[in-house]
Amino acid sequence: MATKLVKGNTAVVVGALYAGSDCFFGYPITPASEVLHEASKYYPMLGRKFVQAESEEASINMCYGAASAGHRVFTASSGPGISLMQEGISYLAGAELPTVIVDIMRAGPGLGNIGPEQADYNQVVKGGGHGNYRCIVLAPNSVQEMCDATIKAFELADKWRIPVYVLADGVLGQMIEPLSFPEKAFQPVADNSWAVAATPETRNNLVTSIFLDFDQLETFNNRLQKKYAAIEEEEVLFEEQQTSDAEIILVAYGISSRICKSAVEKARAQGLKVGLFRPKTLFPFPKKQLQALAAGSGVTFISVEMSNGQLADDIRLAINCSRPVELVNRLGGNLLTLDQVKEKILAVAGK
Amino acid sequence: MSEKITCTKGLYKEFSRKGGAAPTATHYCPGCGHGILHKLIGEALADFDLQDRCVMISPVGCAVFAYYYFDCGNIQVAHGRAPAVATGVSRATDQVVISYQGDGDLASIGLNETLQAANRGEKIAVFFVNNTVYGMTGGQMAPTTLIGEKTITCLGGRDPMTQGYPLHMCELISSLKAPVYVERVALSDPANVRNARKAVRKAMEIQRDGKGYTFVEVLSPCPTNLGISPVANNEWINQEMMKEFPVKNFRDLTAEAMAFQRPQSDFSTASLEKIFDLETTVPPVSGATVQGEAQVKIAGFGGQGVLSLGIMLTQAAQAAGCQVSWYPSYGPEQRGGTSNCSVIVSDSPIGSPIVYQPDLLIAMNRPSFERFKNDVKHGGTIIYDALMGEVEIPEGCKGIAVPAQELADQAGNSKGANTIMFGVMMATGMTKLPDEAFVKALEESFAKKPKLIPINVELLKVAKAWAAKHF
Ligand code: SF4
Repeated sequence: MATKLVKGNTAVVVGALYAGSDCFFGYPITPASEVLHEASKYYPMLGRKFVQAESEEASINMCYGAASAGHRVFTASSGPGISLMQEGISYLAGAELPTVIVDIMRAGPGLGNIGPEQADYNQVVKGGGHGNYRCIVLAPNSVQEMCDATIKAFELADKWRIPVYVLADGVLGQMIEPLSFPEKAFQPVADNSWAVAATPETRNNLVTSIFLDFDQLETFNNRLQKKYAAIEEEEVLFEEQQTSDAEIILVAYGISSRICKSAVEKARAQGLKVGLFRPKTLFPFPKKQLQALAAGSGVTFISVEMSNGQLADDIRLAINCSRPVELVNRLGGNLLTLDQVKEKILAVAGK
Repeated sequence: MSEKITCTKGLYKEFSRKGGAAPTATHYCPGCGHGILHKLIGEALADFDLQDRCVMISPVGCAVFAYYYFDCGNIQVAHGRAPAVATGVSRATDQVVISYQGDGDLASIGLNETLQAANRGEKIAVFFVNNTVYGMTGGQMAPTTLIGEKTITCLGGRDPMTQGYPLHMCELISSLKAPVYVERVALSDPANVRNARKAVRKAMEIQRDGKGYTFVEVLSPCPTNLGISPVANNEWINQEMMKEFPVKNFRDLTAEAMAFQRPQSDFSTASLEKIFDLETTVPPVSGATVQGEAQVKIAGFGGQGVLSLGIMLTQAAQAAGCQVSWYPSYGPEQRGGTSNCSVIVSDSPIGSPIVYQPDLLIAMNRPSFERFKNDVKHGGTIIYDALMGEVEIPEGCKGIAVPAQELADQAGNSKGANTIMFGVMMATGMTKLPDEAFVKALEESFAKKPKLIPINVELLKVAKAWAAKHF
């Protein structure tokens, strides 16, 4: 297995290329631009298609076109660009088109700054655009996972005909770690049962999100909800670190979960019963697993996030507010620090 | 009363997607131009044998249901985004793609997508129905509404002082270099329809041949929203609309334009391994054992090679088969032109990649030294540039002033100051990595300039010898 040192943003492109993506459409925005740079370099080398679009609206709609044709397509952006894409993502969800969207989060609202934040949680995890839809959201926390999650995202997108996000942040995008390259590249084939691929086999196909009849649209919406329920059954991914006897459970995803990993080690060294629960999918959210942890006596959860309690809200919902959920966070592009998490742990532990 | 299409070449015989009681009637109003244009496009699709390799894009507007009619692959898209979607389809398939749009869709909400796709010379046929008014949403002013023309959002007639002037799309598009064919036609009488038919066929021939971007603007009646009879509407097109929007050819490069094909996508594992240069990965240094963790912070001015020094250390750790992470200062931290990076070398998976309390600080200038010196762990080491002069080393830390530039100059390699720093790092043993790993890192760093490898390896030795004498 070949291992190389690469940046998180590069690992995303490696994953996409091995997953058989042959179209990338994107627009520059810090701190996601390197994905665009790397795609512009590697896609054409393999005869794959790269376009620097005129806007994020255009890039997501180019994705809509290539996805309609049954090709594995992706784009990457950051908060303000994702906001612009929401219209197109709603259409992708309505037309049930598989597309991968990588969000390297920055700080907002508005133009904010280019520092890392996790404040796109709500707009990414809860739908974001108009209509009753969801996207699958994967949350990697290392360079290796940036690649692996991207590959997984393409698989899930095809399997469920759904837009899938890889949700990361500026730190994960910028950092370098060793990446074990995949062994084998995936050979994509368009699904002729629905794709509009400009071929005789697909001539009768139609991609649309229009249902003029109210009842038909309701039926379609209900079918989507069933699909989301099935995804919640089948696709939950999470990771636990010393939760079995924990009295305090940190809940964190992405870069925050890395900081928590160190915090748990430090706290355990001091004899505190602290564990970490890390959702690897944010939709589907690991509700059942959190419920099971909440059933243990006297557990306090601490949501560790670089957003204003957006994750904490989902933890409360998952456990039906049955246990206290504390919040430790930073905003504005500031990174959470280990000290901050340690202090919170001590405060909750009453030390 | 819906218009009945009699010639169904290229169109479905019955419009089953539409449903309803009249399966061969369109959803368009009587006297509308859309039906005629559909017939012309359908006929060209059939005549040029394109239906099996063509995708029609239905916009938002009255033609939102174009997919009821065209017997080819169909995609319905968001308002104004048809040229972007068409770009995606075209790049993915390299087949014939049609973007069918009205004036609100193409010239208002989608103006950016329209111009940019044209400017890129996408291989798409754009058919632009200009009837000076929003149809589907009920007769609002369009970008192409004439001066003085009344609509429900300019009841007194379009006033250029508040609503600007009609937008001339053919004129705009033909100011760009890439488009192959740009023509404005009309559907207002049989002679004009004949010309429109020619233009449609020309555009579709260019698409069949894969020559590039075509734009056909079609002046078309909308009696419903203009509130006049179809006959009066057609007269108005000929007398009023054509004054503002002259019917003519703006560009025809059919003869000069070369057919071009997009490359085939290569999905092979072998090609991927080649572009990522996976065959040449250096095997790890054998017998290296690293125990515990070393946290290193490297800081200095931007341009001092701080980030690349960190990457070299990361490569050394990688060569020694360790867990390693590198994280650069970025965003707000970069203010003031200083930069820094965190490198963690460990025998077990790394938590936070950010170094808060380094075991080893490399400070390349005074501001960086002052900023980070108090973070250094008790018992830690600070390596700093001797040019900084007198500094105050915090209690419990060791300071090493390295005359990096001087040593590099003496060794006859004035560009080697960073390699000297790298060598001193190695000599401290603080990174827990074996010397061979540092050599491997140099080899990898200079892989593209192999001539520089021996002199840099020499600098490592110089640094080590200096270190042996000084600490
Ligand atoms: S509103 Fe106008 S453009 Fe739309 S179908 Fe009726 S006549 Fe045609």
